[in-house]
Amino acid sequence: MSLLEIRNLTVRFATASGWFTAVEGVDLSVEKGEIVAIVGESGSGKSVSMLAVMGLLPPTAQVTADVLAFDGKDLLTISPAERRALTGADMAMIFQEPMSSLNPCFTVGFQIEEALRLHLGLNKRQARDRAVELLTQVGIPSPAQRLSAYPHQLSGGMSQRVMIAMAIACDPRLLIADEPTTALDVTIQAQILDLLVDLQERRGMALILITHAMGVVAETAQRVVVQYAGWQVEKQDVYGLFDHPHHPYTAALLTALPERAVEGTRLASIPGVVPGQFDKPSGCLFHPRCPRADQRCVEVRPVPAGPELGEAVCHYPLGGAR
Amino acid sequence: MLRFILSRIAVLIPTFVGVTLVAFLFIRLLPGDPVEMMAGERGTSPERHAELMARFGFDRPWWEQYLAFLGNVLQGDLGNSIVTKAPVLSEFLTLFPATLELSICAILFAIVFGLPAGVLAASRRGTIFDHGVMAVTLTGYSMPIFWWGLLLIILFSGILGWTPVSGRIDLLYFFEPVTGFMLIDSLLSDQDGAFMSAFSHLVLPTIVLGTIPLAVIARQTRSAMLEVLSEDYVRTARAKGLPTRRVVGLHAFRNALIPVVTTIGLQTGVLLAGAILTETIFSWPGVGKWLIDSIFRRDYPSVQGGLLLIASVVMIVNLLVDLTYGLIDPRIRHGR
Ligand SMILES: Nc1ncnc2c1ncn2[C@@H]1O[C@H](COP(=O)(O)OP(=O)(O)OP(=O)(O)O)[C@@H](O)[C@H]1O
Ligand SMILES: [Mg+2]
Repeated sequence: MSLLEIRNLTVRFATASGWFTAVEGVDLSVEKGEIVAIVGESGSGKSVSMLAVMGLLPPTAQVTADVLAFDGKDLLTISPAERRALTGADMAMIFQEPMSSLNPCFTVGFQIEEALRLHLGLNKRQARDRAVELLTQVGIPSPAQRLSAYPHQLSGGMSQRVMIAMAIACDPRLLIADEPTTALDVTIQAQILDLLVDLQERRGMALILITHAMGVVAETAQRVVVQYAGWQVEKQDVYGLFDHPHHPYTAALLTALPERAVEGTRLASIPGVVPGQFDKPSGCLFHPRCPRADQRCVEVRPVPAGPELGEAVCHYPLGGAR
Repeated sequence: MLRFILSRIAVLIPTFVGVTLVAFLFIRLLPGDPVEMMAGERGTSPERHAELMARFGFDRPWWEQYLAFLGNVLQGDLGNSIVTKAPVLSEFLTLFPATLELSICAILFAIVFGLPAGVLAASRRGTIFDHGVMAVTLTGYSMPIFWWGLLLIILFSGILGWTPVSGRIDLLYFFEPVTGFMLIDSLLSDQDGAFMSAFSHLVLPTIVLGTIPLAVIARQTRSAMLEVLSEDYVRTARAKGLPTRRVVGLHAFRNALIPVVTTIGLQTGVLLAGAILTETIFSWPGVGKWLIDSIFRRDYPSVQGGLLLIASVVMIVNLLVDLTYGLIDPRIRHGR
């Protein structure tokens, strides 16, 4: 049994102008102790699909799935109390914006200890000791003093370390990191990423790493999921994906990598942006930006290919018979 | 933090001088003068009128009078009432506890019902409860105080006979004021039924005076909470698996407090204005009623002194509110 099992996850938002489907038909299973990366451009529904797993979407969101299970527990029918017992304890998440993700009114110590006391039933003293330990583990100097600091006294990198300490406080079996380095300085990005991978190895937890940087994927993940406009367009292990991308979108993402870019071509090799609520194309969602699209792509919605072709949602997967 | 406090106090000085000018000018802009009012229907001869005006010093140019007033104020002297001849300050201080008691009860009433209503409405946005709170508070906000007071009197005092119509306590009871607060003094007096009597006298004025602040506080709390509830750190709190009660009541509420406390401070000012009307409706012997009476008598020293004192109270309340910001928000405390 997989740690996390997702089949046909769909998320719709009730908006002023009707329903907007932000995530459609996502399948994913995550095994204990592995690192899975979810990549895709801004607006492709990476955050929304993982927030759905965590149960953190606003009330305007409607989540449906054939299967949505964590460790065999059905997350769709679970009671709110059981759900709360899981969140923050067995599955945890860190977010894109560390600076705004910490509550400005409370000390770092208070915010870390809170989860420890709730889930592990530690008393004030034990929670404090454990918090010091956690801050040490995430590489924060003079941790005992840091506990009484307020978030505005921390830099972005420090805030993200605190967020990580908070997320791993109760030894989760699954950690979802939503673009944990996007808001940080380039020099800090690598440090935070190393920290995450290091913690993941030492604790044997599963890590879902959301990112739009292919370079990060290559360095960390074992398996990769590519999302585009709410669709999961390709799924492969990391070597297969880099050597033989099957979806044209994946191929385009790879050519956008600096070390692969041919001299003289533009860095972003795919013009255009991810369609949103008001400009969803017919047929294949990617056809307006796809160099290989033809009439069939405009009219007919593609279905996933077989596993040997990375389940690419494309009429003409790369490496397949044309 | 000390610098923060000092800077707030420094801002008050020009405000205070401005208030003395407004208080001084306000009553003089009304037609008529004290001598004319005292003479009443009978009228008075122009010579006698001029003589009396000169005796009070009202014949001098206004700026000369103002500077004299300001000079006296700075020495702590607000002058004497031209009607009762008693010092304005001591008259004010005798009556002020009644107003203070009513105002404190009214603002507590507004906070106790307004805050939870706003928080609950925000956390149940779009539900019937939310719409209900919004409709009721809008009605309460638009209610003219006079009409609302009379309506309550007709219902609770007239038809149901539950509450008395005027005053602070039944004439049956008599005791020396200790704190000036009838609720506390009646308890201290140990007389049977005194407390209940004081309480029942206070209920309607409290509701009438507290209605508008309640409505404003509830609506402001709701909108502040709605804003805060969509913040990232609220999502973080939920990601820890905290119960909704704690997410909303601690993580979100603490951040929504700044605008709410501001509103409460501003409403205290509005409240003192409302007290003038409420005290008149319920014959409540406080500074509001006294001020109205003084205005009708064109008792210049009482009116300008009274206005100045009330304005000072408002300024002190606002100062206290400013200082609580530092307690609520560490960023302000640390001077950022
Ligand atoms: N609360 C919401 N209501 C309506 N639409 C939403 C809501 N949250 C997200 N969306 C929409 O869902 C789509 C997917 O958003 P999502 O945040 O998952 O993108 P993402 O892949 O995480 O992008 P990024 O790299 O910018 O974080 C976007 O078009 C976004 O506008
Ligand atoms: Mg995102």
